[in-house]
Amino acid sequence: MKRLISLLLVMTLTVCLCAMLSGCGYEYFDITYRGTYDRSLEGTVLNVYNWGEYISDGSEGSIDVNKEFEKLTGITVNYSTFESNESMYSQLRTNGVSYDIIIPSDYMIERLRKEGMLKAFDPKSLSNYDLIDDAYKGLYYDENEQYSVCYNVGMVGIIYNTTMVENPPKGWSAFWDEQYKDNLLMFGNPRDAFMSAQFFAGIDLNTTNKNDWDRAARLLMDQKDYLQSYVMDEIYGKMETGEAAIAPYYSGDYLTMYDVNEDLAFVYPEEGTNIFVDAACIPFSCQNEAAALMYINFLLEPEIALANAEYIGYASPNTAVVNNPDYCYYQNEILYPAQEDMPKTQYFYDIDDDIRSYYENLWIDVKLY
Amino acid sequence: MKTLSRIYLMLVMVFLYAPIAVMIVFSFNSGSSVWVFEGLSFDWYKELVFNSEMLGALEHTLIIAVLSAVISTVIGTAAAVGITALRHKISKSLVMSVCNIPMMNADIVTGVSLMLLFIFFGRLFGLTESLGFFTVLIAHVTFNLPYVILSVLPKLKTTDANLPQAAMDLGCTPTQAFFKVVVPSISSGILTGFIMAFTLSLDDFVISYFTCGHYQTLPIVIYNMTKRTVKPDTYALSTLIFISVFVLMILYNSVQGRSEKKRGESR
Repeated sequence: MKRLISLLLVMTLTVCLCAMLSGCGYEYFDITYRGTYDRSLEGTVLNVYNWGEYISDGSEGSIDVNKEFEKLTGITVNYSTFESNESMYSQLRTNGVSYDIIIPSDYMIERLRKEGMLKAFDPKSLSNYDLIDDAYKGLYYDENEQYSVCYNVGMVGIIYNTTMVENPPKGWSAFWDEQYKDNLLMFGNPRDAFMSAQFFAGIDLNTTNKNDWDRAARLLMDQKDYLQSYVMDEIYGKMETGEAAIAPYYSGDYLTMYDVNEDLAFVYPEEGTNIFVDAACIPFSCQNEAAALMYINFLLEPEIALANAEYIGYASPNTAVVNNPDYCYYQNEILYPAQEDMPKTQYFYDIDDDIRSYYENLWIDVKLY
Repeated sequence: MKTLSRIYLMLVMVFLYAPIAVMIVFSFNSGSSVWVFEGLSFDWYKELVFNSEMLGALEHTLIIAVLSAVISTVIGTAAAVGITALRHKISKSLVMSVCNIPMMNADIVTGVSLMLLFIFFGRLFGLTESLGFFTVLIAHVTFNLPYVILSVLPKLKTTDANLPQAAMDLGCTPTQAFFKVVVPSISSGILTGFIMAFTLSLDDFVISYFTCGHYQTLPIVIYNMTKRTVKPDTYALSTLIFISVFVLMILYNSVQGRSEKKRGESR
């Protein structure tokens, strides 16, 4: 009995200790804000649902965005994360919890909107909305600017190890090229893998023609002979250690890999590539809309957006960040290619269930091939 | 033959502990990669203090683990006492198989069905949020219970059923008899059950994933990082957890060993 109680005491102590730890350490920054924030919503709770590692969290001397927001407005931020658009979607669909802000990708916003799961609001009423580059306003999933405020932008490119290839790859054709055989990695999810074949064969990414999907699947079967493996986040290890020579991935993540291995280079495929946007939306289950709007406006603050852009490493749609000479990726030609170097880009659209299950079956065939 | 068995033992140890060793080594990496070792440093341990997201999740995990272990130990011990008191063999085996089902069941089935149940009741009572702290806690108590019962039952079987009776003959009230005679004689079983429940709850992913709502525990937060890179501060945290569990286990075993020795001497 005594032992049990002492064990319990030790455990309670540890809990208290880490509660204390998570409070200390962080020193608040002296930030000048562009918008005005009042404390009228003090004491309320805001539920934010975002990608994992997708906000500046105070590590390595950066700004802790959520803490600064809490200090400024008195609102408690209840922050949780997801790992893919699809898992976010299923969490939202089960209706077990309510979220006030979600940050999904473009095609998922389109699907949520079609299913009536987003609340319309007026982004133009936010005082910092004018900072968003016009190129990222009114995109296909939200033509009338009623549902979303862009958070991050990224493009897929080809990463290669300069010491392992004689001729640098130029485009998607590299994935069917004899000389790179067994040194190639490919996305391990159907939509992205099909993208490589679709660009290679000049097929629209969002085609509803089943023959096109068949054709792409046959190309993927040919491609499989050349591949080392299908990967997702294992790509970091394989590229950083030089286990593989060529792999497609997101431009921002290339910069992370480059920090570890300086032999890596990056190219946008000549055939064109996929572009994606992650944007803040307000789901239908929202309980605290006023605080949600305040938070979205806060994310657009020049200093906050700068901290996020530097932490995440993806391209920012915020002009105050892009034009800031102190930004660590200021005029970085990979995140922000000049107009003439800009690859042809295509967004993923939400594909209806019939086609989706069709290509998912084809993907199984490809994997078993 | 002896060297052969030693080599075999070594191999088993290497397979069991090599991943943990690699993790510990990489937690001292000075670079930000979890793949390329660049140099020795304590940077990631210092960094850990600033990672409010991960420490917050650790706090959630520990609170849930402690509370669910305490609750399931109390309920489980009571259940075990009740089961031993059952007279009919058939009802005893019936109760035992009912309590074993959650253990045999696949985690994902338990997780999904609990989630559906919670959401059903949440809607019934018109709650805006049916999932959260209490649902993870209930879920963890649910899957911990059979383990506590199974570790307490054998202890109860080996203690003399007449002991509490004798205590009451000597003037104990039934409550006193239970706490002064029965509980001390099964305390090692209770402790094992408690530690088992605590560790199971600490590293549960699947069931928590479906029932946690906003109350995300550490395994879930780490899983959600995998779209981007997992940073070495995760390794630093895991190392610290590993070391504390390791120390706890050594302490537990030494205490256990000493008390057994004492008991052996007193006989």
